[in-house]
Amino acid sequence: MIQTTSSPSRAPLVALVVVGAILLLLPLVIADRPFELRMATLVLLFATMGQGWNVLGGYGGQISIGHGLYFGLGAYTSAVLSVKFGVNPWLGLPLAILVPTLYAVAIGIPCFRLRGHYFVIATLVVAESMFQVFTVWDWVGAAIGLELPVRPDGWLNFQFHRDKTPYYYLALGLLAVVTFGIWRMGQSRLGFLLRAVRDDEEALRSLGFSPQVYKSIAMAISAAILGAAGVFHTQYVLFVDPFSVLGLHLSVLVALFAILGGAGTLFGPILGAAILVPLSEYSRVAFSGSGRNVDLLIYGFLIMVIAVYRPDGVIGWLSRSAGSRRRAGASMKGQGQ
Amino acid sequence: MSEQLIIQLLVSGLGMGFIFALIAIGLTLIYGVMGVVNFAHGEFIMLGMYATYLAYVTWGVDPVLSLPLVVALMFCFGLVVYYVLIRRVLQGSMQSQIFATFGLMVFLQAAAQFVMGADYFAVRNSWLSGVVKLDGVVLPVPHIAAVVGASLATVLLYLLVFRTSVGRQLRAASQDAQAAATLGINGSLMYAFAWGIGAACVGVAASLLANFYYIFPRVGAVFVLLAYVAVALGGFGSIHGALLAGVLIGLMQVVIGFFVSSELKYVPVYLLYLAVVLVRPRGLFGRS
Repeated sequence: MIQTTSSPSRAPLVALVVVGAILLLLPLVIADRPFELRMATLVLLFATMGQGWNVLGGYGGQISIGHGLYFGLGAYTSAVLSVKFGVNPWLGLPLAILVPTLYAVAIGIPCFRLRGHYFVIATLVVAESMFQVFTVWDWVGAAIGLELPVRPDGWLNFQFHRDKTPYYYLALGLLAVVTFGIWRMGQSRLGFLLRAVRDDEEALRSLGFSPQVYKSIAMAISAAILGAAGVFHTQYVLFVDPFSVLGLHLSVLVALFAILGGAGTLFGPILGAAILVPLSEYSRVAFSGSGRNVDLLIYGFLIMVIAVYRPDGVIGWLSRSAGSRRRAGASMKGQGQ
Repeated sequence: MSEQLIIQLLVSGLGMGFIFALIAIGLTLIYGVMGVVNFAHGEFIMLGMYATYLAYVTWGVDPVLSLPLVVALMFCFGLVVYYVLIRRVLQGSMQSQIFATFGLMVFLQAAAQFVMGADYFAVRNSWLSGVVKLDGVVLPVPHIAAVVGASLATVLLYLLVFRTSVGRQLRAASQDAQAAATLGINGSLMYAFAWGIGAACVGVAASLLANFYYIFPRVGAVFVLLAYVAVALGGFGSIHGALLAGVLIGLMQVVIGFFVSSELKYVPVYLLYLAVVLVRPRGLFGRS
């Protein structure tokens, strides 16, 4: 018993290597199964978005229900550059990340003056106004959206028509880079200060730090990640419209993935996306054609159950039950002696 | 621009304004008493509208007559939501409260679509339909009914909250829950009551809206977002603030919708909200 539980510090590393290997090799199994491949790609994409949300919402404790906005701005910038100016998606990438980042920082200036629910409502309002502007803005296709020109297959054009596996690896690469970056951030001074913003803003202020500055930095990182995910989405589906990239449901989902998995934890958003995306996709298929939204029925119910019984997310639950097992083992050992 | 036009805009603006105000007062009452924002508030509107519609088409009960019934039903629904869901997250963090009501929002929307489908319904030829012509002014009856009904409901609500013993207890619980408890006020009962009354307010708004607005699973989102803005603009927990901001927003969106653009009529409202909280982060009447 002691042997099996005595190396908890190495367990995450082993798990990481195993999960990493599975993710790398997964396309070998599902490359010729479009449904599964698409779903796996979506899991990676949503996990990336959840990671982005987590920087501000999880580490920084600023709950935003408007993060779909930065995803949408990245997606639209990429689409506009491609459609209107014929810019290669790779060359457009920096600008498509910069636009949502700058917008987010600008928005942060008024919004970070607000606390608690005032902040939540403000993020909602900002995102919703932008959604409404995009639905009437003719230059970007208004409610109909923009369709990207189809270019020859290949890495240069960021378009893969026959075999969609490269999209999977691109999404995996993006998630890996983002997760690594957030891991480093979590251990750095910035990560420490961000958690301090979440836990006790006044204490941080009394030490001479400006919470506003660290919130803005978190917002910028967060929006940049969402923007990059938006670029990927545009190139993946070759289409943008207000509902699919700026809709309110996206903002809610992104926050939900992070919170279900465990807000403020490194792997929470990944776990959240890995549970919820397949659940939604499979239930949609199982009840397809009924047009009755059974997947959302299950979703809503699940969200309530989690909010009531597992408010600190799946990760918190796992680590707590692992902790109590360890404690049980230790006390047993104590009794044995 | 003519006098007739001003009157028409004023009536429909006030009609929408009082409806927003009722929805917002329900929200702010719940928030004031226990610090929870009900993100499923829009779905309460949707349920009230479906109830009004179903009473009309299945039993032929006119919305005017079914209004008390819908209000009573929504009051009970508010109690159920409190006892089944909200009570369990009261001790939790803000994020678990947000997500409990968000889950309820998603669930109710999906449930409505599951039962009724995604089709749009409308209450046709009810008693409160058609127009009134007075001196060249054409006023839709449902708008007049909205002004009269919603302002009447607001007055009754004010009497309930500020002139009755239950209202005093509610306000006491919202000002200081612990002190209220030492005075023998049952906090949990007051919480439940706040949810009941909050939902009942929405019931009035929904019943009036059903006379002139389409009914579909996502209809709540249209109204509730502006109600959130009204609550934040007025100051979370402030009933006066919600009333004033609700009426202001109703007038604003009708005037802007007429003169500028009907698609963008909400954007200036949002900008106004952001401008106000930039100066006063607690809203117009919020407590700090």
